[in-house]
Amino acid sequence: MGRYLLRRLLQLVPVFIGTTFLIYWLVWAVPGDPFAGKCGERRCPDQYIAFMTEKYHLDQNVFVQYGNYMKNLLQGDFGQTFSQRDIGDIIATAYPNTLKLALVALVIEAVIGLGAGVLTGLRRNGFLDNLVLISTLFLIALPVFVVGFVLQWLLGVQWQIIKPTVSSEMRWSELIVPGFVLGSASVAYIARVARTSIAENRRADYVRTAIAKGLPMRRVVGVHLLRNSLIPVVTLLGTDLGALMGGAIVTEGIFGINGIGRAVYRAIVTKESATVVGIVVVLVLVYLVMNLVVDLLYAALDPRIRYE
Amino acid sequence: MSDILVSEQSAPGPGGSGRPSGRLLEVDDLRVEFRTRDGVAKVINGVTYHVDAGETLAVLGESGSGKSVTAQTIMGILDTPPGFVTGGQVRFHGKDMLGMSAEERRRIRGEGIAMIFQDALSALNPVFTVGFQIAEQFRVRRGMGRAEAKKRAIEMLDQVKIPNAKGRFNNYPHQFSGGMRQRAMIAMSLALDPEVLIADEPTTALDVTVQAQIMDLLAELQRERQMGMILITHDLGVVADVADRIAVMYAGRIVEEADVYDLYAKPAHPYTIGLIDSIPRLDEKGQQLRTIKGLPPNLMNIPPGCPFNPRCPMAQPVCREKVPPLLQVGTARASACHFAEELVNRV
Repeated sequence: MGRYLLRRLLQLVPVFIGTTFLIYWLVWAVPGDPFAGKCGERRCPDQYIAFMTEKYHLDQNVFVQYGNYMKNLLQGDFGQTFSQRDIGDIIATAYPNTLKLALVALVIEAVIGLGAGVLTGLRRNGFLDNLVLISTLFLIALPVFVVGFVLQWLLGVQWQIIKPTVSSEMRWSELIVPGFVLGSASVAYIARVARTSIAENRRADYVRTAIAKGLPMRRVVGVHLLRNSLIPVVTLLGTDLGALMGGAIVTEGIFGINGIGRAVYRAIVTKESATVVGIVVVLVLVYLVMNLVVDLLYAALDPRIRYE
Repeated sequence: MSDILVSEQSAPGPGGSGRPSGRLLEVDDLRVEFRTRDGVAKVINGVTYHVDAGETLAVLGESGSGKSVTAQTIMGILDTPPGFVTGGQVRFHGKDMLGMSAEERRRIRGEGIAMIFQDALSALNPVFTVGFQIAEQFRVRRGMGRAEAKKRAIEMLDQVKIPNAKGRFNNYPHQFSGGMRQRAMIAMSLALDPEVLIADEPTTALDVTVQAQIMDLLAELQRERQMGMILITHDLGVVADVADRIAVMYAGRIVEEADVYDLYAKPAHPYTIGLIDSIPRLDEKGQQLRTIKGLPPNLMNIPPGCPFNPRCPMAQPVCREKVPPLLQVGTARASACHFAEELVNRV
């Protein structure tokens, strides 16, 4: 287990360097003036150009630049915006909000998606099965902003069950509807994957054995069947956390949540390259860490992987 | 040995005779069909057999003859749909299990009737340790604590002669060899001390030397515990040493039932003759293996008359018209052939 973990951790290093370099290169080192259009409509102030050139060694080649950026990054320095704001601060205020939203979405996905998947996988072709199949298809087909605006209007404006926007305190209860909106497509995928997985394993020999042992049905399903069926679902859930955080732009916009999506959107609109790079680097980190968590969960769920 | 009940099999009415007979486990005129999109396959067409404490009944037949489906119906693990029981009874201690509540049936599983499967690798849950899967029964069914259940599970592993049972407790099925896995499967099925053990081709997935070891182990445990055992197999060689009686199945029916010795010495059904003739023999080295020509019938369209008639070397016009019932021939055996008497009385 220790060696497995170590190997997986070491594998993260080249992936992290590769992806972040690509992002850095795309934003800063494309041919032409690196400051063209970087400071909004105006020309960049000379002192900013001088400052950035010195700080990021822009007069040197891209590898040196990247190396220096990484060196600062490892010391927790994300650099500054052109208005001299610390990018680290922007990230530190925005990330927790998005993480909170994404976690709510993840829990909703896990509970609703898995629940619907298990119920329909056990009883295929029933009323519930058709209901879930149709409603999930609906959710997959609808763009997130449609789901978001419709729910906001319906629940927040028409029926006034929720407040249309989330307050700055980010209470968990306020995040349920935005969380559902953010996770709506994923909920549908989780439900479908879980349904297929359960239905496939339902006929597996070891499930028959568990029944033949005279175990109660809830134990057959809850212990023997579920543990095996969870493996593909866990992959989907784990990798989804990264996607949820990256994909939160629309949801955060609709519900007025001050998160990473809005920050990156604002940075793109105002052409704040350093901010974009910083936020994306952290997103990459989340992806990588979640992938590692998925791999470890894999090994925990399926012992055959541990000893490969 | 020749404790054969054929009188009851001679004319079982539809839905089973329903008479209590003091038998441990009896299958009475069981009928099962598979309803698929392509049509209805009549998989079991009136199977009647029984097993008593301390005896081994071998159920013999080719793939698709219905021997496993009968066992699955007894265990209550038939996949429904597509499988549906359309008639007959399965009586355990005289009580019809098919009429019981799901909860009553569940309690019989493992404790009254247990089953071991052909492929232990797929029959054991890959994500739990072997020890967990055995101890689970003590914990769930007997309400034992973790430590005691573990102790009992290790005892079971010991009984099936798994070396270093204690150390093996925490191994996963994939860390066991094929023979070990089947031993673990046997330990699991015997954990609750069942009265009847159904072994569905327990050695088919194993190599030949291991096959013999597993069969010996099963025979030994069956003797020690005085269990009734139903041994499902298509391998006549496996049967000879362990079985007391043999029931031969064809197209969802019992076509012959006899004492092991009688059956080998003088089969009373052309199908059984064909099966015995097709055993490879050392004294006929170099010659082509004998086979039963043709294919088993399509269960969606079983030929009229005797289902074996298209493949039977002895077939007469009557065979295409009348289904031969399973009737007593001689003293203690039964055959479903119009010419059973002649076969038994031949020199």
